[in-house]
Amino acid sequence: MESAVAQEDSCALVIEPRTGYVHVGWRELWAARELFYFLAWRDLKTRYAQTAIGAGWAIMQPLLSTLIFTLVFSYLAKVPSDGLPYPLFAFAAILPWSLFSRSLERSTLSVVTEGGLIKKVYFPRLIIPIAATFINLVDFAIGFLILIGMMVWYQVAPQWTLVFLPLFVAVALLTALSVSLWLSALNVKYRDVASIVPLMTQLWMFASPVLYPASLVPESIRWFYGLNPMAGVIEGFRWALLGKAPPDWTMVSVSLAVVVSLLIGGVMFFRRVERTFADVI
Amino acid sequence: MGGTAVRVEGLSKQYRLGSTHAHDGSLAGALSRGMRQLVGRRSMPPPADDTLWALRDVSFEIKKGEVFGVIGTNGSGKSTLLKILSRVTEPTKGRAVINGRFCGLLEVGTGFHPELTGRDNVFMSGAILGMKREEIARKFDEIVAFAEVEQFIDTPVKHYSSGMYVRLGFSVLAHMDPDILIVDEVLAVGDVRFQKKCMGKMEDVGQHGRTVILVSHDMPAITRMCSRAILLNKGTVVEAGPAHDVVNHYLHAGHIQPCAEWPDPAKAPGNEAVRLRAVRVKSETGQVADVIDIRKPVRVEIEYDILKPGQMVVAQFGFNTEEDVIAFIVNDRDPQWYRRPRPMGRYVSTAWIPGNFLSEGTMVVGSGLFSEDPWREYCDVPRAVGFRVVDPGTGDTARGDVTGRWEGAIRPLLKWTTDHSPF
Repeated sequence: MESAVAQEDSCALVIEPRTGYVHVGWRELWAARELFYFLAWRDLKTRYAQTAIGAGWAIMQPLLSTLIFTLVFSYLAKVPSDGLPYPLFAFAAILPWSLFSRSLERSTLSVVTEGGLIKKVYFPRLIIPIAATFINLVDFAIGFLILIGMMVWYQVAPQWTLVFLPLFVAVALLTALSVSLWLSALNVKYRDVASIVPLMTQLWMFASPVLYPASLVPESIRWFYGLNPMAGVIEGFRWALLGKAPPDWTMVSVSLAVVVSLLIGGVMFFRRVERTFADVI
Repeated sequence: MGGTAVRVEGLSKQYRLGSTHAHDGSLAGALSRGMRQLVGRRSMPPPADDTLWALRDVSFEIKKGEVFGVIGTNGSGKSTLLKILSRVTEPTKGRAVINGRFCGLLEVGTGFHPELTGRDNVFMSGAILGMKREEIARKFDEIVAFAEVEQFIDTPVKHYSSGMYVRLGFSVLAHMDPDILIVDEVLAVGDVRFQKKCMGKMEDVGQHGRTVILVSHDMPAITRMCSRAILLNKGTVVEAGPAHDVVNHYLHAGHIQPCAEWPDPAKAPGNEAVRLRAVRVKSETGQVADVIDIRKPVRVEIEYDILKPGQMVVAQFGFNTEEDVIAFIVNDRDPQWYRRPRPMGRYVSTAWIPGNFLSEGTMVVGSGLFSEDPWREYCDVPRAVGFRVVDPGTGDTARGDVTGRWEGAIRPLLKWTTDHSPF
């Protein structure tokens, strides 16, 4: 036995049942970064195949939402908008919100969608929800161009606070990822999850300051409101971009803390459950 | 060089079969189980027959540079073994140690997306197999040339023929240059010429000091290419050793013998007038043989005693395939004895089956003794003996040099003529 062990290369791969804590496998994940790139690229190339207006859909959806929300919430319900033109106020929230909600929906379904691959070949499974999340940055970027156009139209100049913008975009993505790590893994065994997610995002939107300013929420429960990480993200995004109404920093810190713990838990949960994916899908 | 490429120790994999409770797999089921546990009612443990050991305590070792065969019938655990080695699924017990860059692929064309072009899919599939982009780019022309799809490389693969699809898929795999390569039945696809090309490529790989694990039903391929092999049955290793021996064992598995004898007349089939004594399968040269070269004649003989004079006995053989399809039935038509009363004594009647007539695979022979006019049955023994017909793959049989599945209960090598008249 001793000599047989000595024969093994130092880089030998050992396959055995994993028990207890499963480490993240950063090195393996990093080595597979090209696969991440290819998965994202494939999605982009195939998503708008055989559609008439292709990437135009990335613009249509937030624009139409903004139009409807402006009519209903500003024109009819007279919801305040922190002194900003309501269409701009709404669009500056719908943009990060759709980045989040689409990432969440797509990423939740991603593991089951890629079931064919999972059953046939090994690669770090974490790549799948990560790619399905980050891919949505492309639609976001297209929408951002529209936002710039609107800012020019309403003559709102960006402030120094703009430097914080990438931070809030990143938190939006990480929030989507942290939740979808749980949901995508659960969806493998319980397909009910796929039906719950659209309902969940819809309710979640009303719990976030997309259509109304967070200033409408009583100050005493603001920290509780911050348990929803997207509350901090959307307030922060709007502030970073338009420079009006700084966010409640207690709320933002609570949001960040929630995201970090969800993310750590999500990665650990996903890694634990992923070994049964091929058997269950 | 030297040393161990793959070492497998006590590898086992248990699957849970479909649950007996309708709601077990759903969220509702999980929630209600959770609720039951909360209120103190313990949920029932799954019954023992709810699980299946797809692989049980499998151990073997593959040396570096070896071409290693894994054979077994469907459901023997081959696929599970491959899935574990390629890390698609995790073992329940045991471990496997793999030394070197490893490529496991359970299906050719994995990762292909129908909407993407051939070019895009080569990169996609390569990336999934763990190749670097720069490496794929370097080998790209070679991959496309090997697959022979140059003309269509910028066409979406949804417009490909299945042959083109498979060729491109295999080509990516074949150009990965792993230290250890797993090939699962991929050689059974594509057209004949391409199959030969793949075989050539695999043999190349083997000769360049790489380790190949070949999983196949193609026994001649296993014998030709592999040095050693294991035979799996119901998840355990039944035999391990030189590929040739293991293949032979596999071919002879089952309870069919080339020779059935009844030394005790009292227990032999038949009656007081006629008794069956033996049925034997013999090769051209007269030895009892269980494996017959498809090109060679085979003799099936029946030995019987006539204990009362005046019987008009006809011997009969029925040849069935492994799937129990009747290939043909023959009765003894030797004019010397045809419908003539026979004197007492021992008789041996032999049916001579020409070479290049039977199909590959197992032939099960039933045997009987009758009198035809008036009809009377002395004895009828189904599945009395059996033998295995093998095509050596030399190209001079009805198969030619075609590999892969070939249907038909018999496979005669016919005379063919073709007339040609120019326009």
